[in-house]
Amino acid sequence: MGEDTNDDVPTPPPHQHPHRGFLPDHNYVTEADIISTVEFNHTGELLATGDKGGRVVIFQREPEGKTEPFSQGEYNVYSTFQSHEPEFDYLKSLEIEEKINKIRWLPQQNAAHFLLSTNDKTIKLWKVSERDKRPEGYNLKDEEGRIKDISTVTSLQVPVLMPMDLMVEVSPRRVFANAHTYHVNSISVNSDCETYLSADDLRINLWHLGITDRSFNIVDIKPANMEDLTEVITAAEFHPFHCNLFVYSSSKGTLRLCDMREQALCDKHSKLFEEPEDPSARSFFSEIISSVSDVKFSHSGRYLLTRDYLTAKVWDLNMENKPLETYQVHDYLRSKLCSLYENDCIFDKFECAWNGSDSVIMTGAYNNFFRMFDRNTKRDVTLEASRESSKPRAVLKPRRVCAAGSKRRKDDISVDSLDFSKKILHTAWHPAENIIAIAATNNLYIFQDKLNSEMH
Amino acid sequence: ARHSITLSTSKMAGADGDDSLYPIAVLIDELRNEDVQLRLNSIKKLSTIALALGVERTRTELLPFLTDTIYDEDEVLLALAEQLGNFTMLVGGPEYVHCLLPPLESLATVEETVVRDKAVESLRKISQEHSPVDLEVHFEPLVKRLASGDWFTSRTSACGLFSVCYPRVSSTVKAEIRQHFRTLCSDDTPMVRRAAASKLGEFAKVLELDYVKSDIISLFTALASDEQDSVRLLAVEACVSIATLLPQEDLETLVMPTLRQAAEDKSWRVRYMVADKFSELQKAVGPEITKNDLVPAFQNLLKDCEAEVRAAAANKVKEFCENLPEDSREQIIMTHILPCVKELVSDTNQHVKSALASVIMGLSTILGKDNTVEHLLPLFLAQLKDECPEVRLNIISNLDCVNEVIGIRQLSQSLLPAIVELAEDAKWRVRLAIIEYMPLLAGQLGVEFFDEKLNTLCMAWLIDHVYAIREAATCNLMKLVEKFGAEWAQNTIVPKVLGMANDPNYLHRMTTLFCINALSEACGQDITTKQMLPVVLKMSNDQVANVRFNVAKSLQKIGPVLDSNALQSEVKPVLEKLATDTDMDVKYFAQEAISGKLVFPPPAAETSLYVRFYRSGKPDDHAVFLSSSTVLSLIAFVVHADVLL
Repeated sequence: MGEDTNDDVPTPPPHQHPHRGFLPDHNYVTEADIISTVEFNHTGELLATGDKGGRVVIFQREPEGKTEPFSQGEYNVYSTFQSHEPEFDYLKSLEIEEKINKIRWLPQQNAAHFLLSTNDKTIKLWKVSERDKRPEGYNLKDEEGRIKDISTVTSLQVPVLMPMDLMVEVSPRRVFANAHTYHVNSISVNSDCETYLSADDLRINLWHLGITDRSFNIVDIKPANMEDLTEVITAAEFHPFHCNLFVYSSSKGTLRLCDMREQALCDKHSKLFEEPEDPSARSFFSEIISSVSDVKFSHSGRYLLTRDYLTAKVWDLNMENKPLETYQVHDYLRSKLCSLYENDCIFDKFECAWNGSDSVIMTGAYNNFFRMFDRNTKRDVTLEASRESSKPRAVLKPRRVCAAGSKRRKDDISVDSLDFSKKILHTAWHPAENIIAIAATNNLYIFQDKLNSEMH
Repeated sequence: ARHSITLSTSKMAGADGDDSLYPIAVLIDELRNEDVQLRLNSIKKLSTIALALGVERTRTELLPFLTDTIYDEDEVLLALAEQLGNFTMLVGGPEYVHCLLPPLESLATVEETVVRDKAVESLRKISQEHSPVDLEVHFEPLVKRLASGDWFTSRTSACGLFSVCYPRVSSTVKAEIRQHFRTLCSDDTPMVRRAAASKLGEFAKVLELDYVKSDIISLFTALASDEQDSVRLLAVEACVSIATLLPQEDLETLVMPTLRQAAEDKSWRVRYMVADKFSELQKAVGPEITKNDLVPAFQNLLKDCEAEVRAAAANKVKEFCENLPEDSREQIIMTHILPCVKELVSDTNQHVKSALASVIMGLSTILGKDNTVEHLLPLFLAQLKDECPEVRLNIISNLDCVNEVIGIRQLSQSLLPAIVELAEDAKWRVRLAIIEYMPLLAGQLGVEFFDEKLNTLCMAWLIDHVYAIREAATCNLMKLVEKFGAEWAQNTIVPKVLGMANDPNYLHRMTTLFCINALSEACGQDITTKQMLPVVLKMSNDQVANVRFNVAKSLQKIGPVLDSNALQSEVKPVLEKLATDTDMDVKYFAQEAISGKLVFPPPAAETSLYVRFYRSGKPDDHAVFLSSSTVLSLIAFVVHADVLL
């Protein structure tokens, strides 16, 4: 299918409303501020981002019906905390970055919220809770901490709890360390709510959320001799409701579906999804651009969405030999692979996302552009997340990139003027509504469907 | 008795300006100290605070405060949940016990499982202290609130409370409770269904038989075919309790279809659970069903495609065979079980083989001499030659069963090479394990065989390069002497041990001292005084300080065995000389020995060590857990090596 062939805006049109700059006062981008992951919780009420500085920022959606007319549904900072610190592995003389690779929320179990965050090596479980009462009354000192004269203490006083301003507390609950030799790229919570998996380049481990000193290795693709290494694990995820199924993608463009019921070790997959290579299109870059950078189960559990360098693909779990749908994200880059290889952009890992009803998929591109594809109407759109183009409550205009050689229309951008340093790698879609979160380097943009907001 | 000490505190605390108010005031203030440890201490002394406040203020002030302190650290909450289970008297007795429900209710909803479980445990405890009326007025509404709570933490907690109130409430309330339990069994979240499944058996026990048949069975069937593996496997456990409750004639229709299904479940974890609970299931369903159903099911589990399941089943082989009905036991084993066992001996997975090796010897008692010689012996011999040391060790550690049936001579020719190989294994933990079986083997093989074949090994271990092995070897000698007697010791091992005192390696010289420490008591006064003591005393001139201070320690250790004459005339001068040694440590230990303060724990307690192998991706890639005493001895080894450098 073509690229931006429609002049009318495809559905759903994600008119932006409102936008929030993450750390908006920074005019320059420090490395630590670059957002490295974005994730909504299961209700969409909270949104968490992680950055290269090891920080996690949680945004909360304001309750509807506030005094300001447009504030409804707006996401505001709820809590910020330092999840990971830089470390040094003395045995291997390696620095361990504090960069948050992934965040996953746990299904809510009581009034508090829980999330898992991981850097390259260590996964942490955090509790986010609210407190609105504090104890008052000491026997031996006053509230300022001054010691009382003991002779004045004639009766015992039990502290009482008094209301106070709401305080959000974040506390570390568990640290799952020392189980990964390589870099952790994915974590995924199982539908049984008691286990989760963590995947690195060569292995996938299964953990119990309550046990930190033991994990089970379920996939190991490390060859006996590292020189025989031809493939690495790039992403892994559990099925949304079949607790026994998980999928992992590889740098060779394949997906493997494993069933934990069959064996304790899932080295043998139950399904292998792979598209046969087109020999005529083979080039030096074929293998690099076919590497899967992200895999996501659809909410229905029936489909898999994958992203490789140039395309997004939808696979049906029941069809292993080819994808059901293939979407060109930025096919105009096919002729520029050489320079993208030279500036390392070809190794960028773009993520992808489903909308709540699995009818639209979204993924990022360069020049702060991101793409949406409607699976039913086959319409697609390119949008831009930038401060200039997205004033609060303005409607996002579709953008169009004009491939080299083709006729250029007004407002079109030529491939040669794309800014490859502005890339949108991380995106997230609200689980039920048309609200999307886009991480563009150090900025987080939250766009909301206009129709949707008017319905409120 | 609980009040005898503290009643007076209560009185004093009430008096104005009394000094005794102070410690209580500190305790109360520390309930909200920044330091977790102080808060924890305070919570652990909650009964003291409550006594000081009196029952009235405990109810109206302390408990409301505690109800809202669920923000605290887990360890504080855990301590609180535990304390409240014993608080009935402190709130005014059974009449007021319901005052404890609010704080325990809020603790029963926290996310930390251990805290919730403790809160439920305390709730179960205090439920017994409720009068039947209070149970319906206060306790049962709490259970209902938890059962219909918004969060699954509260619903999981409710699952554990139904069985304690059910027997003591009216029939209307009973019907409600059954309904609540039913609802939780089909809860949306797997967490709650798991909690319900794990309490199903317990709940079934308190239900009237009719309701077991009408309600429980349908719940059981539903949970056993839940979409989540983790729920289905818990239903297997419930199966045992339910089968025990039902009359034999109902089992076939009500329980067996589900059990059959579980034994063939698609998920290996469920089949593993069946294998793991097999003996309990076998007892619960009785001999007839065992013969017709469980035998083929067990065969399948032994041949399962997943090694974890085979290993779990292999572990149960002996128990299963033991519990077979006597009239057909031998026939079933010979025709159905043994063929599977034979296959397992050459299984591809070492954990399966080693699980089998730990129980296979037990079959000989069941099958008797002839069958053992003809059918089992070849299997034992094959396992003794297995490539995996754990398999061989497990066979050797269970030799006693075979010894009783056929005598060990039949095995000894194969046994010896196996033992020698293990004794020289490159992994020190394997060597350590075989040393621990030496006393047992020696007892069964007899002194003659031992002297001829194994004595050299035992002595060789004394100069092993790993300290833990040398230490275990010392302890082993002590046990051998206890078995074979002092005379044997004098003739066979004492000369060799004492000979090492002249070894150029100071570590070996120290081993002499350690052996003397261990052997002196078993060898008795005569040998100790006449043969060992002179060697020890001579070593006090050793040039290595480590040897000298160990002389001081040894002298203290063997002191009680020596006669007082030798102590005064020979030991004391040497210790006094060592007490003026140039080395600080030698001085210290000599002085300790003179004042007789140091008492060393017997070495036997120090050698207990366990090694657990965890399954992981690669066969050699196992995690090893050592007891702290081993870690200490490893550190000790490092320190000595330091001295050597």
